Amino acid sequence: MSVSSAELLRQIKSKIDEVDPSEVKELIGEGVAIVDVRGSEEFATGHLPGAKSIPRGHLESRIETAVPDRSAEVILYCASGIRSAYAARTMIEDMGYEHVRSMTGGITLWKDRGYEVEIPRTLTAEQRDRYSRHLLIPEIGAEGQQRLLDAKVLLLGAGGLGSPTALYLAAAGVGTLGIVDDDVVDLSNLQRQVIHSTQRVGIPKVDSAEESIHALNPDVNVLKYQTRIDASNIMEIIDGYDVIVDGVDNFPTRYLLNDATVRLRIPVVSASILGFDGQLSVFKPYDGPCYRCLFREPPPAELAPSCGANGVLGVLPGTMGLLQATEVVKLILDIGDPAIGRLLLYDALGATLTEVKVHRDPECPICSRDPDEIRDEEMGVFPDYEAFCAAAG
Amino acid sequence: MATIKIPPVLRASVGGEKEVSASGENVGDVLRDLATNHPATQSQLFSADGELNRYVNVYLNDEDVRLLDGLDTAVGGGDTLVILPAMAGG
Repeated sequence: MSVSSAELLRQIKSKIDEVDPSEVKELIGEGVAIVDVRGSEEFATGHLPGAKSIPRGHLESRIETAVPDRSAEVILYCASGIRSAYAARTMIEDMGYEHVRSMTGGITLWKDRGYEVEIPRTLTAEQRDRYSRHLLIPEIGAEGQQRLLDAKVLLLGAGGLGSPTALYLAAAGVGTLGIVDDDVVDLSNLQRQVIHSTQRVGIPKVDSAEESIHALNPDVNVLKYQTRIDASNIMEIIDGYDVIVDGVDNFPTRYLLNDATVRLRIPVVSASILGFDGQLSVFKPYDGPCYRCLFREPPPAELAPSCGANGVLGVLPGTMGLLQATEVVKLILDIGDPAIGRLLLYDALGATLTEVKVHRDPECPICSRDPDEIRDEEMGVFPDYEAFCAAAG
Repeated sequence: MATIKIPPVLRASVGGEKEVSASGENVGDVLRDLATNHPATQSQLFSADGELNRYVNVYLNDEDVRLLDGLDTAVGGGDTLVILPAMAGG
């Protein structure tokens, strides 16, 4: 016996439950699984907020992953309510789902009612090509790449550490890179600061860095701060960034940065270098220790030489800067084990990496307190601050 | 004898070595033995009252001795002490 498609649809609809868009609207965000059974191209043009895309042709093979619980409440929809009716019948009769309904009129009626439609963001063809090696990694994929593109990372210093970090974060597709540096490119920088070039000696480092970043990846929005960070401008500059990369060359700024980032709860990927040695740790406020938990106060000037005074192996900031870039990417993607509560000590000559534990200090002058209690005038201050700064010149 | 890892800024005080050996039953003894053999390290490690300077971190293997028993923390023959001042180069 043959039946017309209209008759078949009538029979199917008599066997399933339908739900009006007005009811679905109230159920969004209430734990009900909403599944779009249209093709992926149709889904990409706009879908119900929070809906999952499972094209009807893939329904039987994919629905279990999306909705493992057979007793869960599920709402299916398509363009007009026909494909979702067939899909509902399949889920109920063939797969044993108990609470499946099909949305009347599909997304067409939903739109006619003026309800909210979510337009999924997709990578452009060029982005899919550029980031294809990321897309192949399950831990990143298109969703992770989108997170990178949405991320805002601030680099303090476009020097030894900041140069490789900025280049690789730009290459990875971190969407916004802020760079703070008040210096100009000097010939003596070029032994290690690979983001700059011989032709750009004498021009501001932020401009030089921007040029290299855009040459590598025009997707990146570069925000330049040609200034020296201090207590008067730090809160304004760092607010709104997701991660901060500390590559500054002096203690007062490191303490100031710590205190300000604890107040704003912004994680800092910190590294320092000297000679053939590097240190690295991730300070995530209130999840782990802060810089002051690790180093309660800076060493006196004679024990705190700068790279300018004592020199540094040109390759070393490359190694440490890329360890920083790696930690930044991990924090953005929320993958792996960031170096929170651990200090990594890299000895380039020995080719060794030593790790020591860093604990939150219950008496830490900054992070043992509520962030709202930390006052402007306390930030970046430590015992003997005046003498330290005088000695450091 | 315990092994002490010397940070770059202190190496000039120990004849350029990255690691030295020193003896003692606890962290304080080992560091004082180091200071006896390399007097230039005395003021870098210890304050006038004999306490560890606050800007110097010392780890017994990978644990901060301040979270153990400080200078009284027992040290075994195979242990490594890491002396670690903050560095700020960038």
